[in-house]
Amino acid sequence: MDFVDWGPKLFNALLAVAVFGAVVGLLLLVVDRAPKRGHDRYQLAVFLLPAVVLLAVGLLIPAIRTTILSFTNAAGDFVGLDNYKWLFTEDEALITIRNTIIWTVLTPILATGIGLIYAIVIDKARTEAISKTLVFMPMAISFVGAGIIWKFMYAYRGGGNEQIGLINQFIVWFGGEPKQLLLDPPLNTFLLLIVMVWIQAGFAMVVLSAAIKGIPADIVEAARIDGVNPWSMFWQVTLPSIRGAVIVVLSTITIAVLKVFDIVRTMTGGNFDTSVIANEMYTQAFRFREPGRGAALALLLFVLVIPLVLYQIRVLRQREETR
Amino acid sequence: MSSTVAATATQTPPVAVTEPMANRVKKRLTSRTASIISLLIAVIWTIPTFGLLLSSFRPEREIKTTGWWTAFTNPSFTLENYETVLFGTSSTQLASYFINSIVIAVPATIFTLTLAAMAAYALAWIDFKGRSWVFIGIFALQIVPLQMALIPLLQLFSNGAHIGSITIVPDFNLTGTFVTVWIAHAAFGLPLGTFLLHNFISEIPREMVEAARVDGAGHGAIFRKLMLPLITPALASFGIFEFLWVWNDLLVALTFTGGTKDVAPLTVRLAEMAGSRGDRWERLTAGAFVSLIVPLIVFLSLQKYFVRGLLAGGLKG
Repeated sequence: MDFVDWGPKLFNALLAVAVFGAVVGLLLLVVDRAPKRGHDRYQLAVFLLPAVVLLAVGLLIPAIRTTILSFTNAAGDFVGLDNYKWLFTEDEALITIRNTIIWTVLTPILATGIGLIYAIVIDKARTEAISKTLVFMPMAISFVGAGIIWKFMYAYRGGGNEQIGLINQFIVWFGGEPKQLLLDPPLNTFLLLIVMVWIQAGFAMVVLSAAIKGIPADIVEAARIDGVNPWSMFWQVTLPSIRGAVIVVLSTITIAVLKVFDIVRTMTGGNFDTSVIANEMYTQAFRFREPGRGAALALLLFVLVIPLVLYQIRVLRQREETR
Repeated sequence: MSSTVAATATQTPPVAVTEPMANRVKKRLTSRTASIISLLIAVIWTIPTFGLLLSSFRPEREIKTTGWWTAFTNPSFTLENYETVLFGTSSTQLASYFINSIVIAVPATIFTLTLAAMAAYALAWIDFKGRSWVFIGIFALQIVPLQMALIPLLQLFSNGAHIGSITIVPDFNLTGTFVTVWIAHAAFGLPLGTFLLHNFISEIPREMVEAARVDGAGHGAIFRKLMLPLITPALASFGIFEFLWVWNDLLVALTFTGGTKDVAPLTVRLAEMAGSRGDRWERLTAGAFVSLIVPLIVFLSLQKYFVRGLLAGGLKG
């Protein structure tokens, strides 16, 4: 264990935080003693300017430059719509788009469905708290960690050897032939998106569970006294009452799925026909040195996300108005 | 609420004896189905993590040749994998990446939190022309996926900024330092942070702020003495969120650290190991748990705040 290179690093980080804290603290003290003329302007500058500058330099200007970049080639020459033509005609790019469609259609529905079922069956159960924690836990760990956990589930050993991955062991137990699960398109894309379902179901469960608890008790009571069975209770009482929450969860997970990068990168690196837009963006821009194509992919991602976020804002605003 | 339901159920007079009996049987059946479904999902959701955790304590030879479930009938455990990963030779150990993760995540969270809180305060309590436009602008930036910023931001860090031959931002030689990662994370975290904290800060009663102003307090004093204590719960919620997000991030770290041992965090190293040494399970299993332990502790001890942050509308990415 070489402490030699830890010390300075930790010290530098501490120093950075200390200097930052001292500067901010000093500014907050000094700003109240600013000259009377232009007092307000000084105050505004101290409070707002750092964030605005950082956002402009770190997000706004880069986003505009990415848009411009998407019309240039690797050498920086203007090439019109060539990158977009590549995006919608070349096989490698089309597979990426196909996979992204599979991910965005299946993952939100599966995660939300499972999360909803789970939220209902554990509602008011004695073990509700611990049951929630178990399913919610994957939310806390990194996509990289989740990728490794599931790569181990899918592990394969050839040559008639004993299996070390649980999924292949199940295949063997049921009399099947074990195989290199992650190398086998299009199955592998489904196996990768299961990891995302595993992570996001906990999120869906927590939000929907809170929504279910918000259903007025008298409605549930009335239905129960009418002798409504659990099945129609779900379709006629529960689901209509939490419709808004379900839609927010679906769209939130869809946005997360569109941006999914780490899982694909960790488990297959985007090889074997498993790439998705966010992963291909990284690969094109930083591995293949094709920033133009990477930028075009980023822009496609942006365009796909916009309607979902706008929709969410509308739902949020409606909720605020009815509050 | 459950007790009232139970009470009405037992108080129902037995008018038609067969009806409630059938109902009761049905109810017991449904509750049994519910238990089975919940148990099934809970088991499926826990097994993958459990399998990896168990494996991380098994000897290298056994991990590679037998399934972890055989450890129940043929137990054999060791701490060797953790020794290798934590204290081993420099090529196998993850200790310096662990330190890098801390050095990235803690300052990045503090910077984002501070700047977001100050901006949120200004947008809520300092009057100026165009205030609502600035707020809408920051809010709208939440839409921009960070993928949109990566390429130009990396270029800025490595080349500086120029228009023609005029240098606007000189090349500070920041590539591959923690500073770039901090700046990137702070910029990407600000829109959500400002928005969430603004929701909270703007709901502080106007009379409190006005009373402080009448007493002659400036915005600096109000922010320090009045706001900070009041918004601590909101700061905790967003802080945990941001910390977990930065700790778990791969994309930003991969882009700006270049993957060297000096600055790369655990996620980058683990993703690399999973790719190039995909069969070194003795290191991957223990390594994965070293990286999971911090978010799990944060999550389990502060679950309440984390859930509150989620419900407030935050799922960043």
